[in-house]
Amino acid sequence: MKSRRVYLDNNATTPLHPDVKRALSEAFDIFGNASSLHSFGREAKVALDSARNRIATFINAQDDEVIFAGSGSEANNTVLNMISCCSAICDTKCKGRHQSIISKIEHPCILETSKCVQQKGVSVVQVGVDEYGKIDIDELKENISDNTMLVSIMMANNEIGTIQDMKTIVKLAHDKGALFHTDAVQSVGKIPVDVKELDVDFLSFSAHKIYGPKGIGALYAKSTAPFCPFITGGHQERGRRAGTENTLGIIGMASAIAARAKEMGPEAERLVRLKHRLGEAIKAGIPDASFNGHPKDSLPGTLNVSFSGAEGEAILLYLDIEGIAVSTGSACASGFLDPSHVLLATGIGPEKAHGAIRFSLGRETTDNDIDYVMEKLSSVISKVRNMSSAYSKK
Amino acid sequence: MTEPLKWVYTEKVKEHFTNPKNILEDESSYKEDGKGLVGNVKCGDQMLMVIKVDKEKQVITDCRWKTYGCASAIASTSMLSEHAKGMKIEDAYKLSPKDIVKDLGGLPEHKIHCSVLGDKALRAAIDDYYKRNDLENLIKKEAACTICQCMNVTNHEIEEAVLEGARTYQQLQEKTKIGTVCGQCEKEVSRLLEEYKTRHFKQKAR
Repeated sequence: MKSRRVYLDNNATTPLHPDVKRALSEAFDIFGNASSLHSFGREAKVALDSARNRIATFINAQDDEVIFAGSGSEANNTVLNMISCCSAICDTKCKGRHQSIISKIEHPCILETSKCVQQKGVSVVQVGVDEYGKIDIDELKENISDNTMLVSIMMANNEIGTIQDMKTIVKLAHDKGALFHTDAVQSVGKIPVDVKELDVDFLSFSAHKIYGPKGIGALYAKSTAPFCPFITGGHQERGRRAGTENTLGIIGMASAIAARAKEMGPEAERLVRLKHRLGEAIKAGIPDASFNGHPKDSLPGTLNVSFSGAEGEAILLYLDIEGIAVSTGSACASGFLDPSHVLLATGIGPEKAHGAIRFSLGRETTDNDIDYVMEKLSSVISKVRNMSSAYSKK
Repeated sequence: MTEPLKWVYTEKVKEHFTNPKNILEDESSYKEDGKGLVGNVKCGDQMLMVIKVDKEKQVITDCRWKTYGCASAIASTSMLSEHAKGMKIEDAYKLSPKDIVKDLGGLPEHKIHCSVLGDKALRAAIDDYYKRNDLENLIKKEAACTICQCMNVTNHEIEEAVLEGARTYQQLQEKTKIGTVCGQCEKEVSRLLEEYKTRHFKQKAR
């Protein structure tokens, strides 16, 4: 078995940062319940408060505006469920509003949850995107009204990396008195996120996408925004998320965030350079490849490429045999029959969507890795195309 | 010691995927006796299969293919093409994707859909051979029967839905809208559902 392994699937999840490993190992003995009054509990409470402060500071929020959750998905669910059931929103400024707006390129935890919400009587409109994955502002304008309760649009897309023009779309929502939520799971820790500057009401993020542990995420909820808990039956998180806090996870998340504060800027520059190298090498070395996502407004390490006439799962698994980890928009890799809804929303057509490969680079990616990928990628694509009934050299 | 990391599918699948047999290298110069093209790139998979036939013995002497498909489609078609070579046409006609999957050491349920493509292409190639040789009477007509008159759903569409994961009457309805108007066909649909589930997914008792 080959020993060389190159991990280019950092948008799926990331390895733990060495600082996080250290922080976790030092925190193993902090086992008290942060709600307990005794010294063991207080020890956990101190660790929790300090972690919360570090995380809140990083996104320019107040400490009590950060609510820990089990994942980014839970944070997203919390916001969407609020709009369908709860008097906390119905009784405030959103009273009598019955519509929400999301985009076609949201994560499934927004899209699927929206379907449930719809069954509870809230109409949910999905606005489209352009060929680069940017929200269709005109369509958003047409749909947004005094009946709109919530607009939820992801800040940066996990598949194609496109970053939205947040200020414009947040303003459109607020001008009509609607609340604004953004799924920033791919953004926080990769690109600058300042909740005051963005002027959002809710923002979801997660630790494991930025070298922290899995099973811990957070929701920023503006102090003035209405709120209703998703998980009830406990006073934790000021009554906004029941359940004993995941102390270790939270400590790990804070440590990951602290590392991001130091490394994010220089790393982004480095990843943009590496991504550019990979993109240029593909352009030069592999015919009939096309790039998905926005050429400039894109996550530093995300490169999404369609290889015409080559099926994505086959490419992924041939690369896997060479030790290279990527992901694909192909239906065949996911267990579903439809290819990526994100790629289809950009209008590239099912064929290119089935043949799309996402390379997501991270802090451990090196120039050598890119060399290795290029060495293997050309022959993998040739191999797949050579046996393809849908490829002929142009 | 932990066990060494296994591949996502079986070793047999990996073997055929890594080193697929009987790829059609040069389509333009290949003189085939029958050709079958099934599937659609838009749906994520397509298969082209060509055969050469010893007309006296009615035996497939060569079988080559190309696909726009995933690892499971590649591996199962590679295996199928090995089986088909040297086979009597009428036997090859009856090759079942279930046998191929068994020889591959199994595939996950959601990949069965991908593995039937080679089999369909082979039958299309044989049909084409029959047509070219005035043997149309041998073509096993599998004309679709309309099961649900209201929504115009055929038995083929039911089979396709089962391959795509429908396991209950409700799931079939979600996929095909079958029986959603008058509902008279429910009994027949349920019977077909069981038949297709058995045909494609149930392993024989050992």
